Amino acid sequence: MKEFMLVFRNAPVAQRDALTPEQLKDVSKPWQDWVGSIAAQDKLASIGGRLEFDGATVTNGLVTDGPYAEIKEIILGFIIIKAATKDEAVELAKGCPVLKDGGSVEVRGVVQMG
Amino acid sequence: MAAGNELIPHLFRTEYSKITAVLGRLFGFDHIEIAEDIASDTFLLAAETWGMKGVPDNPVAWLYTVAKNRAKDYLKHDAVFAGKVKLQLQQSATELQPIDIDLSEKNIVDSQLQMMFAICHPAISAEAQIGLSLRILCGFGIEEIADAFLSNRETINKRLFRAKEKLRSEKVKIAFPGKSEIDKRLETVLTTLYLLFNEGYYSISQNTALRKDLCLEAMRLAYLLTENANTNKPPVNALLALMCFHASRFEARIAVNGDLILYDDQDASLWDKELIVQGEYYLNLAAKGNVLSKYHLEAAIALQHTDKNDTPEKWERILQLYNKLLITEYSPIAALNRTYALAKADGKEAAIIEAEKLKLDSSHLYHSLLGYLYTDVDNKKAVAHLQMALKLAKSNTDKETIKKNLDKLLLGINQ
Repeated sequence: MKEFMLVFRNAPVAQRDALTPEQLKDVSKPWQDWVGSIAAQDKLASIGGRLEFDGATVTNGLVTDGPYAEIKEIILGFIIIKAATKDEAVELAKGCPVLKDGGSVEVRGVVQMG
Repeated sequence: MAAGNELIPHLFRTEYSKITAVLGRLFGFDHIEIAEDIASDTFLLAAETWGMKGVPDNPVAWLYTVAKNRAKDYLKHDAVFAGKVKLQLQQSATELQPIDIDLSEKNIVDSQLQMMFAICHPAISAEAQIGLSLRILCGFGIEEIADAFLSNRETINKRLFRAKEKLRSEKVKIAFPGKSEIDKRLETVLTTLYLLFNEGYYSISQNTALRKDLCLEAMRLAYLLTENANTNKPPVNALLALMCFHASRFEARIAVNGDLILYDDQDASLWDKELIVQGEYYLNLAAKGNVLSKYHLEAAIALQHTDKNDTPEKWERILQLYNKLLITEYSPIAALNRTYALAKADGKEAAIIEAEKLKLDSSHLYHSLLGYLYTDVDNKKAVAHLQMALKLAKSNTDKETIKKNLDKLLLGINQ
């Protein structure tokens, strides 16, 4: 089994912070069911994390704050999964709810250390 | 006489383990057999004496006095033993002082807890931990342990002997683990108590009374952990809550003839309301702090099952709890239960797609689940899966249940 990182990207919208608990539940369910499904197949290596909208970018000598108005996509979050092949990892990525919102998932193998 | 005959087995169950724990802690694992022998001798003497002279006014005090005196005699007369043990004892007691054998309630509980940590040690297998727990912490006889494991005396004796040898060679101390270690060691203890409970709850042994005893003992030991400030941690309360919820269904899940009654067919009026309330009490205590252990999640799921009303909202909550449980720790059972909850919350079609991904083809439970999911969706496939489940099932109870479902399904198709 190899590990793959799935990175979720979508257009920068600071919507989540403004959601009511009821709306948040509707947004959360597809994500919880998707990760639950991966875990039920014993293919979850790390739950990863959802990233806050707020942040900063540091380049050589320059620090820019969010909200990334000029950037088309930002990273929303990531998880790490276990899969035998890249194809299998891609199959699992196809279920990611970010795709329904017009976002993308980047699938990258994790280099084994040591 | 009659009273004495019933009293001794009862006291044996409650007091044997206390005496063994206190003496065992005093002597260390090197001489744990001597502690066990003294406790056994004490009960032998009780049986003889009480039979002739009648039961004393305070039988427990009588047992403690005899055990104390026997232990002191042993220390006085057995030179080899005294040489070795006294050397260790003197670390805690000053020289020349008579050895105090403290059978106060507090010391009994402390000794049992320390013994629990020593026995539930990662150096020995889970099976050995459960066996030793039953023998030393719960006062079960070798015969009863063999019955619980569907094994024989010889195998159990060997297993316990090897486990004690291993604990000796690893120099495991009968003591509380240090502050930095306690959470990790507590994890092993909780795993063992949970397995002990499950051994009783799900055991294929036909001995219903014995199975219930295993569950009650696991609950008693978990309760002991909540009574001590060092070990009264949220996961312990969560585990105890989980056990209370499960145990509340004990009467409802076993038929008069010993057959298992599945959840859906249970008479909810037979559920023990008091245990459900107790479970809620411990689950509330478990909510302190920010630890969310798998026991929290399993207890929260069990709490949902204390309400038999079948609403989609309930099953949605159960589904999300199983999602969290699987993220915390994978287990095939949790994966199957999650899929069942998904069927109840989102419908069978969605659940079939998920079930086909689980790849648990060698499990009869997996095929039983698919049999249930395909019923009324694709009955041909449902029959094939139930037949496969029947082929893979090992216990008679499982086979009976699957056969019943298969017959029901075939009857429906032929009509």
